Amino acid sequence: MADLDDSKFRFRCVKISAVSDRRISRRKLLGAAATVPAAAGLHSLVTGGGLGSAPARAESNGNGHGNGAGNGHAGHDAFAHATFAPGRTVDHRANGFEPTELLRDFDYGKTRRLAGGRVLREWEIVAMDKEIEVAPGVKYEAWTYNGRVPGPTLRAREGEKLRVRFVNASEHPHTMHFHGIHPASMDGMPGIGERLGGGQIEPGESFAYEFDAEPFGLHLYHCHTAPLAAHIARGLYGAFVVDPKKGRPEADEMVMVMNGFDTNFDLGNEVYAVNTVGFHYVNDPIRVKRDELVRIYLVNALEFDPINSLHVHANFFQHYPTGTSLEPSEFTDTVVQGQGQRSILELKFPFDGDYMFHAHVSEFAELGWTGFFRVGDPSLLGSAAAAAAYCKLPWGGNGGIA
Amino acid sequence: MEAGSRAEALRGGNLPAWALGLIPLALIVVAIGGFALLGGPGLGERTGPPAEELVVERTVLRPGTIELTLRNDGPDPVEIAQVAVNDAYAPFAAEGGREVGRLGSTTLEIEYPWIEGEAYEIFVLTSAGGTIDAAIDVAAETPAADLDFYALMALLGIYVGVIPVSLGMLWLPFVRRIGERWIAALIAFTVGLLAFLGIDAALEGLEIAGEAPSAFGGAGLVFAGALVAYLLLAAVDAHLSARGEAARAAGGGHAAARGGLYLALLVSIGIGLHNLGEGLAIGSAYAAGALALGAFLVVGFAIHNTTEGLAIVAPLRDGERAARPGLGRLAGLGLIAGAPAVLGAWIGAAAFDPSLAALLFGVGVGAIARVIVQLAPAMRDGAGRTLYPLSVGGLISGVAVLYVTGLLISV
Repeated sequence: MADLDDSKFRFRCVKISAVSDRRISRRKLLGAAATVPAAAGLHSLVTGGGLGSAPARAESNGNGHGNGAGNGHAGHDAFAHATFAPGRTVDHRANGFEPTELLRDFDYGKTRRLAGGRVLREWEIVAMDKEIEVAPGVKYEAWTYNGRVPGPTLRAREGEKLRVRFVNASEHPHTMHFHGIHPASMDGMPGIGERLGGGQIEPGESFAYEFDAEPFGLHLYHCHTAPLAAHIARGLYGAFVVDPKKGRPEADEMVMVMNGFDTNFDLGNEVYAVNTVGFHYVNDPIRVKRDELVRIYLVNALEFDPINSLHVHANFFQHYPTGTSLEPSEFTDTVVQGQGQRSILELKFPFDGDYMFHAHVSEFAELGWTGFFRVGDPSLLGSAAAAAAYCKLPWGGNGGIA
Repeated sequence: MEAGSRAEALRGGNLPAWALGLIPLALIVVAIGGFALLGGPGLGERTGPPAEELVVERTVLRPGTIELTLRNDGPDPVEIAQVAVNDAYAPFAAEGGREVGRLGSTTLEIEYPWIEGEAYEIFVLTSAGGTIDAAIDVAAETPAADLDFYALMALLGIYVGVIPVSLGMLWLPFVRRIGERWIAALIAFTVGLLAFLGIDAALEGLEIAGEAPSAFGGAGLVFAGALVAYLLLAAVDAHLSARGEAARAAGGGHAAARGGLYLALLVSIGIGLHNLGEGLAIGSAYAAGALALGAFLVVGFAIHNTTEGLAIVAPLRDGERAARPGLGRLAGLGLIAGAPAVLGAWIGAAAFDPSLAALLFGVGVGAIARVIVQLAPAMRDGAGRTLYPLSVGGLISGVAVLYVTGLLISV
């Protein structure tokens, strides 16, 4: 379970207070349901601090997002923001992927030099049907690329030759339709590429898409089999990054695919998220370093809702629409995207603390599309005592939410 | 000879009758048990995803909390995973567990800073991704079920039930003065009034049954309640009239008078059961915050129910001094007709259950139907006709009076 890993400066607080499923008092919720890092020995240190003690709350208020004692709803101080029910988390192991890991997981494929010196970059992508948990306790029969939603973030360099071998191991016909510049036969479009073996790929069949990596920027790929909305909404999409020839400045890079799940198939989403699991980055805030450049590859893969957005608290970012220019178009704190739109965002966090980010479409935010950046000195997280103190905060690790 | 023995065999040979009755029952138990143990051989797996059906039986609002009582109305167990209020996930605890088996129920205590007067839409997300919707039309705090609350409900019941009915019974001296023909018309008026109440109760019962889990019978409960109430009252009636015959044979002079009192009692019971339903509606509406407790409502009910008092005394026309019921008996009749409103208000406010309410409304309908059948002969004129201009006038005015006074109230 929880590990204290300085190198990745990521650790997880484990909740020990049994917030009973039967009845939950506002007080318990408030707080600070005690949490401990699993590092042995810290247990007593934390529990000794008292469960849900007032000081913990005060600290959290000082930290920038208190539990709303002054949020205008007298007597409802438990409700800092929307959240899932306590006492249960998503089984990432069963899902086969973990949104925090997925964040910085770029798939560069395999490369080799072609005769002319050009780089050929190759991937194999397998479409498969898989049940995933999109919110604690909520299962969804997803259709996936490589068993994960979103599919792998394919990353190449401008001008390379790309080959994506696509195997359809799903029970349904699918394709891979890349955004980019390529011939019609490589477009992953049913009814067009069939003569060359492309077009719609039936179950059990495979096809290799070949095209050049252009233009540079942030793109996406998704299934284009009809009915389109159903195939995309089921989870068949992923980010496709083409780096400029000269690259981009060094940064802590991460991919955020904004998505949602229509769990009851009424053509509206019940769960909204970044990288699939609702409220995941509330439970496990994204750790970033102070003053370090953070680059977010933001893709909107949401179905059924025409507009999605991202807003970062207490900060502004440089906005590179579609990432196709090296010059930012705007310095802002909110970016709005239609379906299939994407942006590269660059920002630095000048202060330590927890900073919320969420869809500024409040409905999506409260239905799961909310998370936190945790800006902290790694040395702070490296100290066991500091870690314990961290976990005592209502927002430490899983504590405040779970 | 042979034919005779075959007939004998068909009749079960020498087995006693009770054994012949039990053998098929035992075979049925074995057959059904075996079928269930074998898991329904030949039927295969169920097709399609599980059918998830939850019905909201009760909604309670407290500061910062919305409490939903849900019952599983479908064939499959349902697991509740998450709950969203107005498109925002909210923390909740499930008293009775998140897994709800068939016909089982659970209560969700949802933490949400609701605001008085606003409307809320809630969806319950199941583990299979299905949603069950619940709506709060106007949020208002659910009154706590303390002593004050029960006292208030009792007062309300007395206002709308006991007092108006008793006032209506003050028409008794008038009833005793008027002639035979007008009495028949008055009975017709009572029948019209009861018919209106019966239809009203049936419609209200069916409406409430629509909110109840269909697994418990839903609308069927209204009809079942009506049928059972009618049959029970008929049986009681048969029993009492047999005793009455015996008394008359023994030379009791006041048998006829008892008949009048008896009819009045029946009318009281019918009206009482109706008022039970009315109290139920008032109590549950109050508990849901959907009732504006005001003078207008009470006055409306009072006028509406005063006519019920007249209906009770209409059969007490018999002029014989000896047969006149005393004040105590009259008060008893009034209480039987009016007091159930208090009981109904308590039940409605404290433990409203749509299935129970539907059943109770059905009982009221059945009782009223029985009373109408009982009263009808008293509408007859000298020629033995039931429907003639005067009685029809009485019937229609009974319906009309309740319709018009009914406009004054709305729960």
